[in-house]
Amino acid sequence: MKPYTIKDRANTLLRSTAFSHGSASVIAILSGLLFGFIILLISNPSQAFDGFIIIMKGGFSTGAKGIGQVLYFATPLILTGLSVGFAFKTGLFNIGAAGQFVMGSFTAIFIGVRWTFLPAPWHWIVALIGAAAVGGLWALIPGLLKAFFNVHEVISTIMMNYIGMYLANLLVKLTVYDSLKNLSMNTAETATLPKGGLDNIFYNIRGGSGTIDLSTVNSGIYIAIGIAILMYIVLNKTTFGYELKACGFNQNASRYAGINEKRSVVLSMVIAGALAGLGGGLLYLSGANGRHLKVIDVLAMEGFNGIPVALLGLSNPIGIIFSAIFISYITQGGNYLQSMDFVTEVIDIIIACIIYFSAFALIIRGIIAKILKSRKSEEGDL
Amino acid sequence: MDILFLVAQQTMYFSIPLLIVALGGVFTERGGVTNIALEGMMIMGAFTSILFINKMGGVMSGQLLLLVAILIAVLTGILFSLFHAYASINMKADQIISGTALNMFAPAFAIYVARMIQANGVQQITFANTFRITKVPVLGDIPVIGGMFFRNAYITTYLGLLILIASVIVIYKTRFGLRLRACGEHPHAADSVGINVYKMRYIGVMISGALAGLGGLVFVVPTSTQFNATVSGYGFLALAVMIFGQWKPKRVLFAAFFFGLMKTIASAYSVIPILSTMGIPSDVFKMVPFIATLIVLAFTSKASQAPRAAGQPYDKGSR
Repeated sequence: MKPYTIKDRANTLLRSTAFSHGSASVIAILSGLLFGFIILLISNPSQAFDGFIIIMKGGFSTGAKGIGQVLYFATPLILTGLSVGFAFKTGLFNIGAAGQFVMGSFTAIFIGVRWTFLPAPWHWIVALIGAAAVGGLWALIPGLLKAFFNVHEVISTIMMNYIGMYLANLLVKLTVYDSLKNLSMNTAETATLPKGGLDNIFYNIRGGSGTIDLSTVNSGIYIAIGIAILMYIVLNKTTFGYELKACGFNQNASRYAGINEKRSVVLSMVIAGALAGLGGGLLYLSGANGRHLKVIDVLAMEGFNGIPVALLGLSNPIGIIFSAIFISYITQGGNYLQSMDFVTEVIDIIIACIIYFSAFALIIRGIIAKILKSRKSEEGDL
Repeated sequence: MDILFLVAQQTMYFSIPLLIVALGGVFTERGGVTNIALEGMMIMGAFTSILFINKMGGVMSGQLLLLVAILIAVLTGILFSLFHAYASINMKADQIISGTALNMFAPAFAIYVARMIQANGVQQITFANTFRITKVPVLGDIPVIGGMFFRNAYITTYLGLLILIASVIVIYKTRFGLRLRACGEHPHAADSVGINVYKMRYIGVMISGALAGLGGLVFVVPTSTQFNATVSGYGFLALAVMIFGQWKPKRVLFAAFFFGLMKTIASAYSVIPILSTMGIPSDVFKMVPFIATLIVLAFTSKASQAPRAAGQPYDKGSR
């Protein structure tokens, strides 16, 4: 028996599933970025290289504040990514994160503006709980339709997206509308998420006046990371999570094993919806400087971007934290592209390409496995 | 009577693109590939053809311009659908993920290109509508029916109905149709008798791309004078129409008219006296088609007659 060398250890790592899955994600990202570069090159060859550098620099382009903004916009993406990823793990495809997200957003804003009788910490806590509850409710309908009426969740959640978008527009206009700006009103001070010390890190000092230019990032990012860890524990360390995953693998076998599969489908959808709804609450409870809900007939991008976040993070809650930060990072980079003759939509094109190539994961993994296998046979006795 | 005519004409404007795109969905699913990228394919088809109309509006006009635009929309749809076909057939990818990617790609691409090539970075592409046929000769003079179907019409309406007839014949009366259906029901059996499953599936997806691209143009032309990189969820409604129509062309026709009527109510409620006096906000009417879809799906999905192998990649080696 040979001693266990570093080389052996490296080989074990190379052959682990996590490695081949992870490298499939990296290949998808690189292919997407390459495609984006080609698009820049075709549309404006002279500035293409500089433009691409700006995308790659992402949030770093504007110093500490920029990094803060990356984290601020990563917060809802972590939650929608968890929503899609959790549904994936339990065998469901939740395209409805956009609708759940916007309904959660409206609820949080409504409570944040109207329920001013609540004292400081409780106000935003109640608003977040409300956002999660309404997001869950919004996913309950597709869950019930799937479990009891055999309606495919892809089609029903898409319909719920549009219904949610129009309903949120209507409700904002009826209750918390700032008609001058065509936005939702500012939430009360008591409903704003605390900064949690992040205001001491993520700010820029304006040249000249010397005033502080503060990032909108707040303790929402802590909550998002906490929820991701919680979901990791639920999925991997509890019987409940195991049952939900088992239903995703094989409904008939799960029923045979005594799991109530209809209940599992409905619960999975509700949890996924609650996560997306909470994401809406975390994004919009950020005070007067933060985001406001726009009254436009466009589906929430945060919801759809949950799909690449979940795919790149391999539906693993911890992986999702990093992939959300990555997507937020290049999206911020895209915003700075406007300083040149480019259009920010190139980022959406890149993200779409990343999703497309990550759909090839199965084949890419197969190729990686084959390469490693041939190496193994060359080495013989391993 | 005028309102009846208006509602009938509007219903045609909304139903025909649904019919065309849903028929595209029937072809791809009958061949065994789920295509939720119909929405994206509609956007791409509408984008290139409307851009063409925008650029060539000064040179050509009327039906000739529309016919060339139709050709461009169809070709764009086919080209774009090849990406979905390659991912789902050759790469055995998850077809929902591939479709989602294409759905995100299409509007981003349309906005990007429009803003890069148009002056002042405008993303809307405007066009002059010179395609409306005020009155079809002879047929337009028939009482009632003439007013409903042969005035203020577009050739695309009749094209849509022709496609329906062609689809029925191709799917049920030709060797190709039988082979396509076999690939969607039991690809291994089809393979065992010498049918090239990959080729059949490619053709199914390409037909869906062609029809979805066309549907995008057919949707935008009568209902707007500009294209803003969206078809308002029409591709998804077409999927619902296909399911409601149980993957059968003739039933798809009725489903398309049902949804077309819903959409007409949503967009024309202000001119329908009973609805406009109720004081209901426009957002509620916009929700109607989607709520109706959910309710209809709940009642029709129990006994689903979906092609059995739809959505599953075909792997020769698996049993």
